[in-house]
Amino acid sequence: MDNDVAIVAEGISKKYKIGAKQLASPTMRDLIADACIAPFKKIKSAIKGEHAVISGLEKTLWALQEISFEVKVGEVLGIVGHNGSGKSTLLKILSKITRPTHGQATLYGRLGSLLEVGTGFHPDLTGRENIFLNGAILGMKRKEIIRQFDEIVAFAEIDQFIDTPVKFYSSGMYIRLAFAVAAHLEPEILIVDEVLAVGDSRFQKKCLGKMENIAKQGRTVLFVSHNLPSVRNFCSKALLLQEGRLIAHGPTDAVLKEYLQSTTSFSAIKTWSPHECPSNGSFRFLSIRLLDTLQQEISSVHLSEDATIEIEYEVVKEGVHVGFSLILFDIDGNCIFSSPNNHEPHYYGKPLKSGIYRSKCCIHGDLLNEGRYTATIVGFCANRSDSITLDRIISFEAVDDGVLKGDFYGKFGGIVRPKLLWKTERKG
Amino acid sequence: MAIEKNIKKNVCEERSCSSHVLKIQSDLSTPLHLHDLWAYRELFFFLIWRDLKIRYKQTVLGVLWVILQPICTMLVFSLFFGKFAHLPSDGQIYPVFVLTALLPWLFFSNGLTTAGNSLVGDGNLIKKVYFPRIFIPLAKVFGGLVDFAIGLFLLIAIALFYGIFPTTRWLLIPFELIFILAATTGISIFFATLNVLFRDVKHILPFLVQIWLFVSPVVYPPSLIPEQGRLLYALNPMVGVIECFRWIILGTTTLTLGMLCVSLIMTVVIFVASLLYFNSIEEHFADVV
Repeated sequence: MDNDVAIVAEGISKKYKIGAKQLASPTMRDLIADACIAPFKKIKSAIKGEHAVISGLEKTLWALQEISFEVKVGEVLGIVGHNGSGKSTLLKILSKITRPTHGQATLYGRLGSLLEVGTGFHPDLTGRENIFLNGAILGMKRKEIIRQFDEIVAFAEIDQFIDTPVKFYSSGMYIRLAFAVAAHLEPEILIVDEVLAVGDSRFQKKCLGKMENIAKQGRTVLFVSHNLPSVRNFCSKALLLQEGRLIAHGPTDAVLKEYLQSTTSFSAIKTWSPHECPSNGSFRFLSIRLLDTLQQEISSVHLSEDATIEIEYEVVKEGVHVGFSLILFDIDGNCIFSSPNNHEPHYYGKPLKSGIYRSKCCIHGDLLNEGRYTATIVGFCANRSDSITLDRIISFEAVDDGVLKGDFYGKFGGIVRPKLLWKTERKG
Repeated sequence: MAIEKNIKKNVCEERSCSSHVLKIQSDLSTPLHLHDLWAYRELFFFLIWRDLKIRYKQTVLGVLWVILQPICTMLVFSLFFGKFAHLPSDGQIYPVFVLTALLPWLFFSNGLTTAGNSLVGDGNLIKKVYFPRIFIPLAKVFGGLVDFAIGLFLLIAIALFYGIFPTTRWLLIPFELIFILAATTGISIFFATLNVLFRDVKHILPFLVQIWLFVSPVVYPPSLIPEQGRLLYALNPMVGVIECFRWIILGTTTLTLGMLCVSLIMTVVIFVASLLYFNSIEEHFADVV
């Protein structure tokens, strides 16, 4: 065997059975009732856990299909893909939490798996006790925990509170402690699932720093994240999953490019036919359009000119409040800005009558730099839990028309290219 | 760059990568992850430690409950079943008679009720972290050993009070412990697994335990059962467990050898069957819990 291979996955596949009754656990009372109808068969299959047979409905969902890849020792592999692409399922299989339906994987080295921060923490136990409990749950031996104890407490910055029950901690302290324990796991292979987006930015930097150290020490890391810039910074190679299949595996830049291309629509206009409008019961989207100053549809924007993103929607439930947020991303997935319409004077925060509305957001000229942009639009009602997110729904090109540039030669760096006010005075 | 390469090499050699080879397959390499039970043994003790700590932290009564439960039950049973109902007690003093049965009984009933919901209650652990899942209900059952030990001291004190002294028979207590553990573990694991599939099992359990109390020779001796029914009666493993313990501590019992064999065989059968059942459902835990 190659001494420098850390993980070998061959043909990993995972199938789930879905039936209407699978979603709600049946009760023994149901079982007894069913049993009266067809005794032995029903009881036997129910106790075996084959609920789908009881319900009569059986659909199969392949969460993963024939995933094969190799990871070398010391590699940091990023795993990207939409929600539902199978990333978490793959991690669960590699972490032995669930077994594959087909296929196998071999991991050479001690495995540490971080799918959640603070697993097993109990509110009534003190910080000290939870460190030991959580460490043990993550697979650390007692001696290791004792050896690392002071470092863990220092990393979490909770020295004075180490002997207070964790239920009295602020959420920040809780998260810091949980991450501190997890960060001091010293496995040869580390699997991390999006746990880094925690804490304030200073602590996040600390966490990322610690992760970088781990990678530099020659450990192999599998890193699942939606935070594309951190995947880009941290990972030398990446894996792209889509609907359970392995679409790309290679250098990070190339894979991320493919990911963005597959998720980004290239159109500046999006309309839906009546039966497929995204809707949440209170309102529904009808179309999103990019317009110029003359209200004409365009697909590219001149840097010095205003551009308008128009959202056409229909309020179906009388009296709801509807608000929007426009989030703009550049080609690398960096967020340029986020703008809600909460200063709109006439309709924001007020109950709306049913009917069709158009909300327009004007991105003024001389703000954006050249390049391709995608827009995500979030629509929400007063109750934020039923918001609709249209991820990367339209995209457009911003083209330099030379107006701001004038006679300046050379490239304008920067995420934005605003026209700022310069004043010169003669002082004698 | 050269330094990093060196570090990488060292990490590999130091940890001897090839010694830790983890194979993930669609079926288990050993049933119940037996090969992992030893590797994860520390976690097992941590789980027991956690349950004990939590119990003591939550209430003042938590510590006292270990003693109060057997004492109060003994007093109430002695009054109503012993004095008022005049239930026989094999020639022994009723309170001692019933307390001797209460120790294994409470171990069983507490173990069954806590283990019954343990897989669902700790579902979070199952979904996010790997370790041999059998530790979860097992930790609840084994946690009861602490209560049993404390109860034993109580029993010795009360027995001495009534003039009953320890004898060499008491050296058999460790074997009795194995018997109690096997019976409780087998039954608890069966219901813990069943509860994952059918969530109302945790509501059925308290009721079941109540009935089980009367179907077991806790407040009365087996001699109360008509002779034709005694072997059938012994299908309840607790019959063998409780009467064995009575014989060890007090020296008298109305258990026959035949009844003992029936109870022993039932214990072994249930133990093996429930472990097989657990093993077959275990792969679905993370998806269903």
